[in-house]
Amino acid sequence: MLSKYIFYFLSSVAIYAALMVLISKKPIHSVLYLTLAFFAIAGHYILLNAQFLAVVHIIVYAGAIMVLFLFTVMLLNLNIEGEFPKKNIIKFAAVIVGGLILITLIGTFRTYDLEIIKNPTLNQIGLVKNLGKVLFKEYLLPFELCSILFLAAMVGAVMLGKKDIQ
Amino acid sequence: MPDAVQNLQMIPLNDYIFFCSALFAIGIIGVLIKRNALVIFMSVELMLNSANLLLAAFSAYRNDPAGQIFVFFIMVVAAAEVAIGLALLVMIYRSTHSIDINALNKLKW
Repeated sequence: MLSKYIFYFLSSVAIYAALMVLISKKPIHSVLYLTLAFFAIAGHYILLNAQFLAVVHIIVYAGAIMVLFLFTVMLLNLNIEGEFPKKNIIKFAAVIVGGLILITLIGTFRTYDLEIIKNPTLNQIGLVKNLGKVLFKEYLLPFELCSILFLAAMVGAVMLGKKDIQ
Repeated sequence: MPDAVQNLQMIPLNDYIFFCSALFAIGIIGVLIKRNALVIFMSVELMLNSANLLLAAFSAYRNDPAGQIFVFFIMVVAAAEVAIGLALLVMIYRSTHSIDINALNKLKW
């Protein structure tokens, strides 16, 4: 029963934080609320017994991506300018579009009846040992390609960030 | 950990689906209503995260580690995307002195 309460608590925190990302006027508040949403999602990973994902999620998102966002906000001094207002009709239309997509997704998935495997070894798969075996046996090539992608992204970011490129 | 298994079975998978759909819809609304490029990036991150969480939930319920590996790869791609995206944002800011996305509407034509 406890895990159910934790699930609903984490879900409401994540939804609240996600809404506040959109509602906040200042970008820095959006960044901080997004961090809160990411921590709630990390809690969800722990609830699913995917410890490896939870740790990686905190390291990558809260540790790296959020720091990048915060540095951009601070270095560019974006916090002062605040919000660029959009026309109300566009906002209204956007909310309708989002709501329709939500209704479509829920309507599609609601009828989807998935059988749950009742297996006592169910959630041992999220541990580092088991995931590492799968990652380095079956998914070794994608893993190496990811490192090349990272290298390219790093070189690209440095090149774009340089002041004057001939 | 048999207790954890029992706990996990008590949350219906549909709840995860509804929660992730809601997060995804919030991300879409954010991309559509915001003109601040930084907040648009954050909304994209929210959408990626909802997809990640749903993959992890399916993987845990179906006892299939492939889903969690995919989540790992999506995180890698998201990190690369943010690094490049923010570098582009800094460049845009240097040339237009604003991160208003409408300053770039010349790219439309």
